[in-house]
Amino acid sequence: MKHQIRLNVNGADYDLLVEPRKTLLDVIRNDLGLIGTKKGCNTGECGACTVIMDGKAVNACLVLAVQVKEKKIMTIEGLAESEKLHPLQEAFIHHGAIQCGYCTPGMIMSAKALLDKKPNPEEGEIKEAIAGNLCRCTGYLSIIEAIKSAAKTERSV
Amino acid sequence: MKPFDYFEPQSIDEALSLLKKLRGEAKVLAGGTDLLVQMKQRNIAPKYLVNIKGIPGLDRIRYSEKEGLTIGSLATIADLEDSLIIRERYPILHTAARELGTQQVRNVATVGGNLCNASPAAETAPALIALGASAKIVSRSKEKVVKLEDFFTGPGETVLKTGEMLVEIYVPKLASNSKGVYFKHAFRKKLETAIVGIAVLANFNGKGESFKDIRIVLGAVAPTPKRALRAEEIARGKRMDESLLEEVAFLSSEESNPITDVRATAEYRREMVKVFVKRAIKEMMNL
Repeated sequence: MKHQIRLNVNGADYDLLVEPRKTLLDVIRNDLGLIGTKKGCNTGECGACTVIMDGKAVNACLVLAVQVKEKKIMTIEGLAESEKLHPLQEAFIHHGAIQCGYCTPGMIMSAKALLDKKPNPEEGEIKEAIAGNLCRCTGYLSIIEAIKSAAKTERSV
Repeated sequence: MKPFDYFEPQSIDEALSLLKKLRGEAKVLAGGTDLLVQMKQRNIAPKYLVNIKGIPGLDRIRYSEKEGLTIGSLATIADLEDSLIIRERYPILHTAARELGTQQVRNVATVGGNLCNASPAAETAPALIALGASAKIVSRSKEKVVKLEDFFTGPGETVLKTGEMLVEIYVPKLASNSKGVYFKHAFRKKLETAIVGIAVLANFNGKGESFKDIRIVLGAVAPTPKRALRAEEIARGKRMDESLLEEVAFLSSEESNPITDVRATAEYRREMVKVFVKRAIKEMMNL
């Protein structure tokens, strides 16, 4: 039996009819067409599907769409302000922290959740924040540098 | 996942009646970080999911000098990790919470879920058992309090019957001059299930030289998290020295009952129990 739900994603409300077994990941990709968030392992172990839910980084593959309710969801598409990229996106590009790009949206969302809570994180805190985001390409160093740099940029604004 | 019907009770009472009515074909959904994975891997296919996260008042962490710590079963692992009360007064639990999964998982996973899922390697179990925790279980007709060390009955199994729900975890106030340490041994630093998890909590005499009381809890090396009772007994009231340490570590290892699985052999786990009990006690003595 499908359930009527309303999701708030990137500031906009969406009314949807969904089966309970559909995850937030399924719904944002297939029903909302927001394919920036990636499906990797689908079991909460790779972080490719990381989105921010009420300020906290979560694996969208482990949240049922029917569970979300009024919580505010932010995906990678919600980061940039029209043509202007978010400092995290700029920093990732600048530091070569993007190779195949598959981990990137999830990685950036984990970083954003961190910076919103800790604007001046130490390296250990950055590593902890992205520990749930696997990258097969970069070796993580450029990603950590990018996050440090974005944190600095945001603090200077 | 196979299709299922979904309910969102708004009160404990509603949840309990639902669970009773659905007669064991329902699973409780809280954080979902274990349940949904099992369902996706088709290990289980419950016909109904009862989401209890909407029930108010079950997610609080409270402390009083008189009663100690009360943790609502719906408190997330991140709540435990962020709690200043826990970090200051029960640091062993803070450490255990930090070891669980990843930030994304900790943000939604609940302590009640970690316990009720009852993995032999449940991250919060050894620390909570070492702290002398108890579980408050309610049903429509009654409520009872069970010591956490008696809560687990087998891998994935607890004393909970159909129509019963874990609502709170109590941790008594710690005796003064208590120290505790939790070590998790795993291949990767993060995002790993423990090969061995060791929690040691001791209460020292006035001068801090000998143990008035000690608890040693082994995780991931038996069908359930368990206390190494014989090891505790020989250490209790004694002054710790190298030979006692060896004996305590050896006995702890004897009391473990690990299996060989994809992560490690039983032999390796038994050896690691020795290594990590020693390390944990040494670390605790230095705190």
